[in-house]
Amino acid sequence: MKRFLLAALFFAVLLMIWEVLFRAKIWSPVLLPAPRQVAVYLEGAAVDGTLVKATIVTMRRLIIGYVIGLVIGLPLGLLTARWKVWQDTIGTLALGLQTLPSVCWVPLALLWFGQTEAAMLFVVVMGTLWSVVIATETGVRNVPPIYRRAALTMGSKRLHIWFKVILPSALPFIVSGMKQGWAFAWRSLMAAEIFVTILTGFGLGQLLHYGRELNAMEQVIGIMIVIVVIGLLADKIFFSPIEKFLHRRWGTSQA
Amino acid sequence: MQRLPRQRSSAAEELEVIAPSKLAIEDVSKNFKGASGAVLALDRVSLNVEEGEFVCLVGASGCGKTTLLNIIAGLEKPDSGTVQADGKPITGPGRERLVMFQEPALFPWLNVFGNVLFGLKLKPNLTNKDRHDVAKYYLELVGLSRFERANIHELSGGMKQRVSLARALAPNPRMLLMDEPFAALDALTREQLYGDLQRIWQARNKTIVFVTHNVREAACLGDRVIVFSPRPGRIREEFAVDLPRPRDINSVDLAVHATEIMKALKSYSQLEVALAE
Repeated sequence: MKRFLLAALFFAVLLMIWEVLFRAKIWSPVLLPAPRQVAVYLEGAAVDGTLVKATIVTMRRLIIGYVIGLVIGLPLGLLTARWKVWQDTIGTLALGLQTLPSVCWVPLALLWFGQTEAAMLFVVVMGTLWSVVIATETGVRNVPPIYRRAALTMGSKRLHIWFKVILPSALPFIVSGMKQGWAFAWRSLMAAEIFVTILTGFGLGQLLHYGRELNAMEQVIGIMIVIVVIGLLADKIFFSPIEKFLHRRWGTSQA
Repeated sequence: MQRLPRQRSSAAEELEVIAPSKLAIEDVSKNFKGASGAVLALDRVSLNVEEGEFVCLVGASGCGKTTLLNIIAGLEKPDSGTVQADGKPITGPGRERLVMFQEPALFPWLNVFGNVLFGLKLKPNLTNKDRHDVAKYYLELVGLSRFERANIHELSGGMKQRVSLARALAPNPRMLLMDEPFAALDALTREQLYGDLQRIWQARNKTIVFVTHNVREAACLGDRVIVFSPRPGRIREEFAVDLPRPRDINSVDLAVHATEIMKALKSYSQLEVALAE
């Protein structure tokens, strides 16, 4: 409760500073709208449904693309960890492509898929995939050999070892890779939505883009706040509990 | 009336004391390719272990005692020679012969209970209820009933090795292979575990092969102590320890045996050997 109050106070102060800056009229109100104006925009957009619709469009792209990325990435990571051939080929490719900012996939995706949902999904998958492959591979390689030996003596074999020993043991690495993949996917999707208008659905990125075109700064800032909040929620609802569990079990301390 | 084939075994049957294993090792050799060329880790080693016998292998590091243990476990293959358990050649690892390692190889993603349950889950003929009963029995045997829900990192070194022991005992193996399981523990904890291990060994009637570099420990635990010498790894001598059990590591009679073994060990090895406290 104390922590919550402290955090609430912090954000209240932040809002106040913003309000003070607005009232000081250092910048034109076109460039820096009042917090209230942003709130009014967000309320209006929420009431007329644009915000909800855009959020749904964006989240659907993100989640579908992310899940595809995981479903492909995990097995690929296991394969690269298990066999040298895979490591030298797919592993090297993943390492290279991971360094490529996933925004760079946008032009290619547009040419390949046109202005379609597929282009958006492709960008998200590419953002997720390579981080997951590499984290899974690293995780599996870091499994202490003694776990495998212990399991072998207890009668565990091939698939059982992979699912009951190696995967759980690699879990902390895999989860941090999933988190990184999520961040990359989120970023690349926003970039793609800002760049490209797709008629099948207007996402948050597109709302941000129109805010700029209309010179509606309260919209730009409002959408940015929504994007930040979604990122925070994803962390608190999805990743935080998993990480807490891992820290508690493994004893890697984190208060 | 015809007797129906048994569908599954119960917890009670699972907990029955079963016949311990008999081990026959003949002319086993093993090479390792190291940075400085091939090392003969084991040179034509032969050893018989009787049913229910407690045998300790001692020697300086590099004498091949751990390699021999791994070969018995089926985790490594000998270059030549044969290893048979109860007349059957050992072809791979199996739960007839469970290993307890020096570092507790407990799984950090499972709690204490989950770790003890791991080997039991691989036995197909048990119900989950039976598995739970069996796991509880062994946790009680090693004195850790209160900690069944604890995470591994919350345990002390001695408690971890107790869990390892419970995990190794749970699938009811016929033989236990122990690779310096107490080497990383403090003296006081070790003393307790010597007592516990002797008690459990007598209660569960297992064949135990126990590797250590601690001569006193070997004299305290073993019916027989086998002395190895390094480079190449060979069996040099063996000592029968016929003191009554349970033995106390601090007893004078035991010290006499330990000194004798130590003398032999030193004569075969130029290397420093850690002496028991």
